[in-house]
Amino acid sequence: MPTHLESDVQASEDAFRTEVHHFLAAHFPDELRGTGNMLAGLDGPTNETPVQKKWREAVGERGWGTPTWPKEYGGGGLTKGQARLIEHEFAKVGAYNPIGGMGVMMFGPTLLEYGDEKQKLEHIPPICRGEIRWCQGYSEPNAGSDLANLQTFAVDKGDHYLVNGQKTWTSGGQWADKCFAIVRTDRSDKHKGISFMLIDMDAPGVEVRPITMISGTSPFCETFFTDVKVPKENLVGREGQGWTIGKRLLQHERTNISGGGRLAGMMGQSLADVAKKYCETGGDGALVNKVLRDKIADFEIRWNSFLLTARRAVEESKAQGGVSEISSVLKKVGTKLAQERSELLIEIRGLQGLGWEGDEFGDDELEDVRGWLFGKAATIYGGSTEVQNNIIAKRVLGMLDHQ
Amino acid sequence: MAVLSEEQEMLRDMARDWATKESPVSEFRKVRAAGQPQAYNSSAYAAMTEMGWAGIIIPEAHGGSDFGFMSAGLVVEELGKTLTASPLVATTIAASAILLGGSDEQKAKWLPRLASGETVATLAVDEGAHCDPSAIETSVAGGKLTGKKAFVHEAHGANLFVVAAKDGLYLVEKGDGVSLTTRKLTDQRSHADVSFAGAAAEKLEGGSDSLLDDVLDRARVLSAAEMLGMAQAVFDTTLDYLKQRVQFNQVLATFQALQHRMADLFADLAQMRSAVEAGLQAVDSGFGIARAATIAKAEANRVLHAISNQGIQLHGGIGMTDEFNVGFYLKRARVLEASWGSSSYLKDRFAQLSGY
Ligand SMILES: Cc1cc2nc3c(=O)[nH]c(=O)nc-3n(C[C@H](O)[C@H](O)[C@H](O)COP(=O)(O)OP(=O)(O)OC[C@H]3O[C@@H](n4cnc5c(N)ncnc54)[C@H](O)[C@@H]3O)c2cc1C
Repeated sequence: MPTHLESDVQASEDAFRTEVHHFLAAHFPDELRGTGNMLAGLDGPTNETPVQKKWREAVGERGWGTPTWPKEYGGGGLTKGQARLIEHEFAKVGAYNPIGGMGVMMFGPTLLEYGDEKQKLEHIPPICRGEIRWCQGYSEPNAGSDLANLQTFAVDKGDHYLVNGQKTWTSGGQWADKCFAIVRTDRSDKHKGISFMLIDMDAPGVEVRPITMISGTSPFCETFFTDVKVPKENLVGREGQGWTIGKRLLQHERTNISGGGRLAGMMGQSLADVAKKYCETGGDGALVNKVLRDKIADFEIRWNSFLLTARRAVEESKAQGGVSEISSVLKKVGTKLAQERSELLIEIRGLQGLGWEGDEFGDDELEDVRGWLFGKAATIYGGSTEVQNNIIAKRVLGMLDHQ
Repeated sequence: MAVLSEEQEMLRDMARDWATKESPVSEFRKVRAAGQPQAYNSSAYAAMTEMGWAGIIIPEAHGGSDFGFMSAGLVVEELGKTLTASPLVATTIAASAILLGGSDEQKAKWLPRLASGETVATLAVDEGAHCDPSAIETSVAGGKLTGKKAFVHEAHGANLFVVAAKDGLYLVEKGDGVSLTTRKLTDQRSHADVSFAGAAAEKLEGGSDSLLDDVLDRARVLSAAEMLGMAQAVFDTTLDYLKQRVQFNQVLATFQALQHRMADLFADLAQMRSAVEAGLQAVDSGFGIARAATIAKAEANRVLHAISNQGIQLHGGIGMTDEFNVGFYLKRARVLEASWGSSSYLKDRFAQLSGY
């Protein structure tokens, strides 16, 4: 027998599920079933079809693309449970969340924490409606892993800053409307001299030059700032607080890269199913090539325990009310497994798995080849594997710096 | 660490406290020095049963506490950390066989004795050096069991054997028709080939068609829990050592090459813990046990293998000495890796369970 409380919860969950069903019936167009979210990717211009646009606007209006963000800034104001329910019900009918990108993944949550009221009211609602694309102005030619070494400089000019310098590896910079950047406002202190500010990509003096990647897709950019005027109200937090804010944003970035969700989706298809299509199977349905079968099983066992680890990290952090000490493990392990999977896919498909273009190759085959190449970045960006190892060794294990 | 109930936390703390105070590795040294085939200290096992540990998975009606496998795993993990020698794991596995397959009578007869420590029991399945439940020759005719079982854990202390025959599992008491040949393995614990020559046997009639596999899965998760404790202990010891050992005027822990190796092992250990805890939880929930147990033991094998090797390497010369404890873990690690399924056996099983 459920208690009164439980049955109330059940009833309100059922009511909410019905609401989601109605919403999908009213707004989700059949022709988009099973397609992906173009906007969440960083590797293309925003040429939405009118049907895609209508779907985005419907979800954005409701705040359901950012379901747990506060309602007053355009989010859904929902609980985590309700957000999961939405995700679940969308997935059931093959609908995607059309709201995404760096604004949702990293910048929004950071601004909600550190921005002032005016900034939140200005910047969060357009993110929730998917109207605006943000890019990340962190890396510079001489500030990659050693990010705090950045040199792009902002001079205080009273009501505005004047910014000069160069950023690099700016993903999607050529299509972005705005950039969240960390810049130097004081040369006397490596960390305390950094500030976090928001720069319009179409402001005079901003120039982007796309760079092609080995995958042939997803260009990222060199971004140059020459006497770019940034109004003072675009400073987030205090001057000199940029390193703290910037690091928090990186935590969001890492969680998103490895949180299990994205990787799990990406790796949804079992390698064994692919192998059964491409390789010989015996009468018992087992793969004839036992060495390959062993490799797949070895991978899938570790992949399973990775998913269990991601789940454990969530449970632990919920119970402890903080970040689980293994959260630092997730990025490192998840990205490595994703790369191993890509390599195995190629082995399974043979040369058929190495197509660059042409009708002789299936869409999934071509996609996986590009994914294999692009995936090499996952152990580099958002803090490379080596940098994660340093973080684990020093912060978690307490191994000290070399003197 | 899985999120634990208050009861479980108390149980774990009690086990940790007892193991560190009453049963540090120096106690295992004494067992080894004594050189008895039984290879555990009876009074230590009596203390464990006194604290209720042998009855953790046994229902209250039969003298246990019915706390489940996750709880049993917590205790076993703590004992694994200090390499405590005891027949606790073997007896718990045997108890699970009786729970799954025993008649009401068999349960009423044996479970209270296992819980109280009066009876020590063990599982005897394999007839060769490899886990191979499909190649069993042992057979029963007219209630008499005949066959040879190889490398039976804790055989010397056991007075009850759960024996796999061609047509199912049987209970055989030590006595007429049961003889032991000691097998001294590298871990210096109790192992023996057990030969059954028309020994009186009573069948476990209950349980599913896959009773043997079901019991082996429980053996896998419990052994994995012991291995988890061992891996954690080697990791912690190694980290402590690196933090105090000075070479080149530097504490070793400051060298990045070593930091990254420890970060790798730390990540492996996190994966192992998730897999082992999920295996134990699966047994308690009764859902997806075969797969979860296979993953748990496969990950335990992989990670303990790596950590036990690195444990020696990172200690340098001192790691090679008998005086230092790390070697004991290496030697026990391989025995447990080979028991109830090697890495290749488990990968094969995983693939089969997944249909490829
Ligand atoms: C696809 C992609 C998209 C990106 N998008 C963006 C973006 O949108 N915005 C942005 O600001 N940046 C972006 N980046 C940049 C990314 O964050 C950097 O590439 C990353 O931080 C590494 O810096 P680096 O490339 O300068 O390499 P380096 O720092 O020069 O490192 C080179 C190698 O040395 C290793 N290394 C460096 N320091 C240490 C150390 N102390 N110990 C051990 N090993 C070390 C690294 O791990 C790496 O293997 C992107 C990168 C990629 C690949």
